[in-house]
Amino acid sequence: MLFRPGAHADRSRQQRDTHGADRFRALERSGGGTAHPVPGVTKRFGDFTAIDNLSFDIYEKEFFALLGPSGCGKTTMMRMLAGFEAPSEGSILLGGQDIAPIPPNRRPVNMMFQSYALFPHLSVWENIAFGLKRDRMEKDRINARVAEMLKLTRLEQFASRKPHQISGGQRQRVALARSLAKAPKLLLLDEPMGALDAKLRQKTQFELMDIQEKTGTTFVIVTHDQEEAMTVASRVAVMDQGRIVQADTPARIYEQPNSVYVADFIGEVTIIDGTANPEGDGYEIAYAEGVPPLFVATDKKFARGQACHLAIRPEKVAISAERPEGRRNVLRGRILDIAYLGNISTYLVELPHGKVIKAQTANTRRLAHRPFTWEDEVWLSWSDTAAVLLEG
Amino acid sequence: MRRLTWFNATSLTLGFAFLYLPMVILIIYSFNASKLVTVWAGFSTRWYGTLLQNQAFLDAAWVTLRVAVVSSTIATVLGTMAALVLVRAGRFVGRTLFSGMIYAPLVMPEVITGLSLLLLFIGIGLDRGVFTIILAHTTFSMCYVSVVVSSRLATFDRSLEEAALDLGCSPAEAFRLVTLPIIAPAVIAGWLLAFTLSLDDLVIASFTAGPSATTLPIKIWSSIRLGSAPRSTRSPPS
Amino acid sequence: MRRALLILVPYLWLLALFLIPFLIVFKISLSDGALAIPPYTPTLDLSAGWEGIREFLTDLDFENFVFLSTDDLYWKAYLSSLQIAVISTAITLLVGYPIAYGMASAPDHWRPTLMMLVILPFWTSFLIRVYSWMGILSTEGYLNQLLIWLGLISGPLTILNTNTAVYIGIVYTYLPFMILPIYAALERMDGSLLEAAEDLGCSRITAFWLVTVPLSRNGIVAGCFLVFIPAIGEFVIPSLLGGSRTLMIGKVLWEEFFNNRDWPVASAVAVILLLILIVPIILFQRNEQKSREAEE
Repeated sequence: MLFRPGAHADRSRQQRDTHGADRFRALERSGGGTAHPVPGVTKRFGDFTAIDNLSFDIYEKEFFALLGPSGCGKTTMMRMLAGFEAPSEGSILLGGQDIAPIPPNRRPVNMMFQSYALFPHLSVWENIAFGLKRDRMEKDRINARVAEMLKLTRLEQFASRKPHQISGGQRQRVALARSLAKAPKLLLLDEPMGALDAKLRQKTQFELMDIQEKTGTTFVIVTHDQEEAMTVASRVAVMDQGRIVQADTPARIYEQPNSVYVADFIGEVTIIDGTANPEGDGYEIAYAEGVPPLFVATDKKFARGQACHLAIRPEKVAISAERPEGRRNVLRGRILDIAYLGNISTYLVELPHGKVIKAQTANTRRLAHRPFTWEDEVWLSWSDTAAVLLEG
Repeated sequence: MRRLTWFNATSLTLGFAFLYLPMVILIIYSFNASKLVTVWAGFSTRWYGTLLQNQAFLDAAWVTLRVAVVSSTIATVLGTMAALVLVRAGRFVGRTLFSGMIYAPLVMPEVITGLSLLLLFIGIGLDRGVFTIILAHTTFSMCYVSVVVSSRLATFDRSLEEAALDLGCSPAEAFRLVTLPIIAPAVIAGWLLAFTLSLDDLVIASFTAGPSATTLPIKIWSSIRLGSAPRSTRSPPS
Repeated sequence: MRRALLILVPYLWLLALFLIPFLIVFKISLSDGALAIPPYTPTLDLSAGWEGIREFLTDLDFENFVFLSTDDLYWKAYLSSLQIAVISTAITLLVGYPIAYGMASAPDHWRPTLMMLVILPFWTSFLIRVYSWMGILSTEGYLNQLLIWLGLISGPLTILNTNTAVYIGIVYTYLPFMILPIYAALERMDGSLLEAAEDLGCSRITAFWLVTVPLSRNGIVAGCFLVFIPAIGEFVIPSLLGGSRTLMIGKVLWEEFFNNRDWPVASAVAVILLLILIVPIILFQRNEQKSREAEE
């Protein structure tokens, strides 16, 4: 699939704004056009097709994420951008030039490796200066550029240390500084926070966004962590088996997934299988014998009786002891399980015919006042526009 | 695994005693004034003096040193190349034969290696001397070098080389600036191993030396066999 | 291009100086001895063209092998070499394994030192180390002096110039070759495996047999081959420590070559030795390749 900006622009109006969507829209306004299209590449290893005729565009100065489970081909795609793998078919355009035949050392593309790949025999300073020296840059300019990078990544006092003498977080910043030093047109980051613990990871994500904005470099990040992709990227491409299933802003990926795969991969969701019947400005979904159908408002087109999936996020499902008034989607069920996560609680509610639906509430009150417990009979409800209707 | 029990401590003590006692005894008795190995007659360095005045021994030592330096240097280059082939080159025609020719010399009885090389040198009409010993020593020690270096290369993080390429190195520069400095300890260890193997070799050198060149082990061998001036044969630890 | 060069240089070197020499040995084993330089016939006369090659080939025969099979000296030498190699490999394993095990269980900061101590003997002359055993094992040697002084024996034991001395010599010289691969295998082992085995009901000793030994198998196999194969062809140790009754094929080959100057017979001896060793060598190479692939 080839992503075209603007095609879904009007549909994003009512969506919850996230940081990523915000930045992306700013990008659209500033007219940041397509800079680096990848018009259909394929990569095969023997019989195995790692990347299957994949097309996507990366925009100038954006923060683009390739997100997917391990083995989905995202790393292969990144290695093709860096030049360590040659596409079996197709081309990669960078500033209008096909870079597929260019070896990695002549590409204006730099990579931050998952293992950081810091040269153990060189100091932090020498690591950062390594690429600049290869360009035969003058001494003064190298000194200035390395100093600038050290300042940007707050590593000034570690310049003369060796990689094994600094902490994991500092090593990560050295790797970033080293790959940024040559001011690449495209910076590739392979699971850049994979080796950091959860607390440090969150802090680093914000730093990374900050550095991306300061330097104005185009970042492409590969990650299997959806939260990380949603946090840092202005656009996320969800990959599965060598294909991009959906590429969009984090908000649209979350609120308007185009497939069950994306809905299921990003965040939590309950999928209800059924058949669609047109009704008013949406569809009634019949999903079980002897129960009233659910209703969803959508402008997608389905045939009468077409198989479909209804995806509903748990935070959009209200849970109450009394039957709520004025909603079309109201269900009765019994609490099967409660996952208490501190800020929120997730309830697994079993409907009479066995289907289990997830509902989430924010724990605004202290634990002692929690209104529901195991085996309670409760009412679930959601608005007409809360669920997403997906093709089967 | 991480418990040093009395059993482990005993086996270590006995094991190292077994390895080192003969050497300690020999070193002590090399300072013995008596000509008899087994009788102590006071401290003396006369055997070292005798050794240093023996021109034939000094000549042999010089030949041995030259052979060892040259052969271990060539062997290090060839062995490192062979290690790169083993670990990096992937599949190619004759790969099994290649790895067979790397591992077989490690265990091949020296009499066979020596005899076969001698027959080769005679077959192609090469005069035996320092040059032929160097060829012979290079051949077997390059295999040791390649085993030492390839075990280091096997654990080498390839992304370091990729990072170098990514930052603008040509493949040759990446090898020189990144790979080589990192595997250097293994390469040096390989050189030292090749050097000591060459210094120490008797059998292969005996076959390939010919009358014009005598190495120290050959010289020591003949004096042990003749049973003369036994302790003057003590060579310094190499 | 670069890759081809990288492969070709060591490949051609080994072909020319390792493989081709064996073919020459094989060829000469089919020739006859002669009082000439070189001391064998026929010699290949390429200037005579095809006729020369044909004549050369018809003159080759298996006469030397027939000779080897009729003289029982050779058979006995092969068999006794095998026996000595097997016994000394077994002893080396029994002595080496506990040392390797002890090294692997020593505290981390001792290990480089212990490793150094195992390697250090390589850095002293092999001949001199064997020679020092002559001083220890001889009838008036240190061992006998010690035993008499302790009152354990009344008269000196004859150890030097017997097979016992050869066993001691081989075990002593080849011990590091046994220790190093076993230590390498044991050191890589995860200590929690033993705790898991004990947790699941093994005693220390069953845990050793069921976990430690199988996991150090590659090291044991490598160590045994590194001792066994060269020991069969050993020449220096039986010559210095063994007696006139110690028969080893390396010594026989040496004597055929240097004392009798019978190159074709020496070559035939080498060819048969090689045939005996080819299976262990292939097994050794497989084992090495397997453990290296496991590492990668």
